Amino acid sequence: MSTRLFGEPVTRREDPRLLTGRGLYLDDLGAGALEVAFVRSPHAHARIRDIDVSAAIEVEGLVAIYTWEDLPGALAQPLPLLIPHPALTHGRTAYPLAREIVRHVGEPVVMVVARDRYLAEDACGLIQVDYEILKPVVGVEEAAQSAQLVHEGVPGNVGAHLVQEVPSDAGLGAREAIDAAPHTLSFRLDIERSASMPLEGRGVHARWDADDRSLRVHSSTQTSTSVRMAIAAKLGLPLPKVEVIAPDVGGGFGVKIVHPWPEEILVPWAAITLGHEVKWTEDRREHFVSSAHERAQVQSVRVGFDDEGRVLGLDVEILHDHGAYTPYGIIVPIITSTQLLGPYRIGAYRVEFSSIYTNTVQVTPYRGAGRPQGVFCMERTMDHIAEHLGADRTAVRAVNFIQPDEFPYDQGLIFQDGRPLIYDSGDYPESLRMLKELIGWDDFPARKARAAAEGRTIGIGVGCYVEGTGVGPYEGGHVQITSDGRVHVSTGLTSQGQGHETVFAQIAASELGVPMEMVSVVTGDTRRFGYAVGTFASRAAVMSGNAIALACRKVREKALRIAADALEADPRDLEIVDGEVRVAGTPGASIPLATVAVLSNPLRYAFDEEAARATQFAGAASYDRPPVADGEEPGLEGRDYYSPIRSTFASGMHAAIVETDPLTAEIRILRYAVVHDCGKLINPMIVEGQIHGGVAQGVGGALYEKMIYDGHGQLLNASFMDFLMPYATEVPLIETAHLETPSPLNPLGIKGAGEAGVIPVSAVIASAIEDAEGIRIDRMPISPSDLFDLRRAATG
Amino acid sequence: MHEITLTVNGVLRQAEVPARRLLSDCLRHDLGLTGTHVGCEHGVCGCCTVLLDGEPVRSCLTFAVTVDGRDITTVEGLADSDGPLSPVQRAFAECHGLQCGFCTPGFLCTVTALLRDNPAPTDEEVLEGISGNLCRCTGYQNIVKSVHRAAEIMAEEP
Repeated sequence: MSTRLFGEPVTRREDPRLLTGRGLYLDDLGAGALEVAFVRSPHAHARIRDIDVSAAIEVEGLVAIYTWEDLPGALAQPLPLLIPHPALTHGRTAYPLAREIVRHVGEPVVMVVARDRYLAEDACGLIQVDYEILKPVVGVEEAAQSAQLVHEGVPGNVGAHLVQEVPSDAGLGAREAIDAAPHTLSFRLDIERSASMPLEGRGVHARWDADDRSLRVHSSTQTSTSVRMAIAAKLGLPLPKVEVIAPDVGGGFGVKIVHPWPEEILVPWAAITLGHEVKWTEDRREHFVSSAHERAQVQSVRVGFDDEGRVLGLDVEILHDHGAYTPYGIIVPIITSTQLLGPYRIGAYRVEFSSIYTNTVQVTPYRGAGRPQGVFCMERTMDHIAEHLGADRTAVRAVNFIQPDEFPYDQGLIFQDGRPLIYDSGDYPESLRMLKELIGWDDFPARKARAAAEGRTIGIGVGCYVEGTGVGPYEGGHVQITSDGRVHVSTGLTSQGQGHETVFAQIAASELGVPMEMVSVVTGDTRRFGYAVGTFASRAAVMSGNAIALACRKVREKALRIAADALEADPRDLEIVDGEVRVAGTPGASIPLATVAVLSNPLRYAFDEEAARATQFAGAASYDRPPVADGEEPGLEGRDYYSPIRSTFASGMHAAIVETDPLTAEIRILRYAVVHDCGKLINPMIVEGQIHGGVAQGVGGALYEKMIYDGHGQLLNASFMDFLMPYATEVPLIETAHLETPSPLNPLGIKGAGEAGVIPVSAVIASAIEDAEGIRIDRMPISPSDLFDLRRAATG
Repeated sequence: MHEITLTVNGVLRQAEVPARRLLSDCLRHDLGLTGTHVGCEHGVCGCCTVLLDGEPVRSCLTFAVTVDGRDITTVEGLADSDGPLSPVQRAFAECHGLQCGFCTPGFLCTVTALLRDNPAPTDEEVLEGISGNLCRCTGYQNIVKSVHRAAEIMAEEP
């Protein structure tokens, strides 16, 4: 069998367990654990006057009730502000349990532990919290203008304010460049809230070993290493006494990168305090009102351009609604404001955002993480320019593209990782050419005319994006070959369905020259690998993939050195094929990696027959050097880290054809085409799957998904009955084509792919509906009712 | 508390449950069959779908006491524990019809019943057949492919 597995559509090794019900998700653990439920605030803004638990005490099976006053030490302090930024002048985070004030519906107030969840909820229902209701602040524009404050000491509800400006080559500021431009346009865009909404919610299980004084926590998280450090810090435990494991995780999409959630420190604390396993499994309503949302922004755009549509100046002001707290800092609006530029060379750019508190669920990254809003802004701008000039929409994009010979291309901004926004590689003209061919762009006018003749309304739309992926600071990989020839790979970041066990095994098998079935991969388990950042920002393949490749190269080099000794050959003449080290071109001169692993560990004791080869009387030894040479370690294993100088930039372009119903305004996607460039593909089947899923979430965001808050801060659609996510019937066939411009930044030449699919979809669908209807689409999502109203307004 | 007897994946099982115990909780926590997942607990996502006397039902909307004496198949029972995967399970693996795997048991049960009743469904019938199950990872593209592939496998291996 060939060991060249990198680049092959290998089927997933996760699947056999997940297909037979043998996956282990959070709530599958801890049979017999005590279970937790929370009393959560029913009000968006209120002062807690009193909490009366007396009626709940009688509930059979009740174990404990905790409020903020019960929390010791650092646990009683506000949760960490994970990503401080100088522009986040008024960062605020919640207490694990509310202290005096609640600031959104769903904020945890009382924690109840009982024999099972039913009983814990019974007790919650009997706890009386007396609230003094305060005036809530809802809606980002209302909040920015309101005298009513979400937090005392945060004037104007402004958590952060940031301006970034890149002058033109001639030194003009964006506003000057726009004023001097032959054409100018200005408009406003609105994007609603959506959310990650993984089908498995959050969950935490903790077990305290009182004899060993150690804690083992499972959490449905995107970062087990950082949860571990947060727990150790909050509970005052020595780090080596805390281990955190992400089990099988039922989707993340961003929301599970936030940590520590209140529950992630409260549940372990309760387990220690009660001396019993404790578990909390989030239910769907809790997920809606107490985890995190994303997307909502209001954007004001001014653009100046020349007769060909070349953008000379772009000025964007963004109001970003970050909800009640800012644990994840201002990453989302930073990404919006930087990734807005997409594949374009913009004359002069100015972007200003204000990140605003409201009495709603906090806003943290959801797949795309601010990019869908930025791309919506830029692509609507391109379409408006084309409309103004009467030009083809793809032609306007093409004149603005960064050209293939302009890389590395410095956009002159600071990206979300605090490092320069410099694109490493790409080929945008080729990508557009492929997309136009795939969707049949040039033939569309004829198709549209034919449809019109049949009384049908169809339209075509396009959208382009660039996505910074593989952000640092680092990830690591550890690779060990044991004396049975098995290869054990571990990395610290976590998995939520991306197929990491498969792709990392492909990388290791390819690098080491071993059959894939000899490789096993562990992710997100701090017992195996303690240093990691986490899974987000389309970074896992780039970061851990390269770290594992580098670790494999170390191991390979060591294996060749040891094998060369044993075979009395020059290491440069050796190759590894099918798990055997052999002298290239000399049949019979070979040694299995398993034996190399035995020889790598000089032994005194022969614990089995194979091990006898490495014992001290087994063969000729050099008396001039110690059994473990200077700078060497016993064992055939290696650890390495990949820490990139900056992010690598993937890109893509999407097009769609939609049909709108003349009577009902129903919107149907007839075709959806994707051209995608994530550098070299490790596993094309898995990359396609990532794109499919992203596009489906994008369709949700474009046409259906919207968190509807009323003026009291009540989330009116906090269930799957009312928050509409696409079923199979709502997602069109997705046609894909791949372009590969390898990244020069990393050894494997890869770029991230996880978020790509979702990024331009709202822009593409808006573009297509606008083309079909001839009505400006400046707000997403758009429902049939919205379109119906727009039609009415347009016809007066 | 109520004593109930269920035939689950061909095995007679007994449990003592309060009247309000959901079938999903009974399967998962009383009988230890955690392959059935719970995504919304209000009957929309379909993750908890099991076969009740062969028909797909939402186990999160079913009280365990109401199915006393009935026959239930969960994802753990779609193939023999030491035998090969069922055609539907195999097709999902071949076609990359799952990512995180959380919704997958519900899809597998739904599709197993769908193909039993309609061994060669059209595209339209497949979409209709799986339109009661949410998946947040795959965009359904490869799930649809998996259903067609499973039909093919079943036709090849009667």
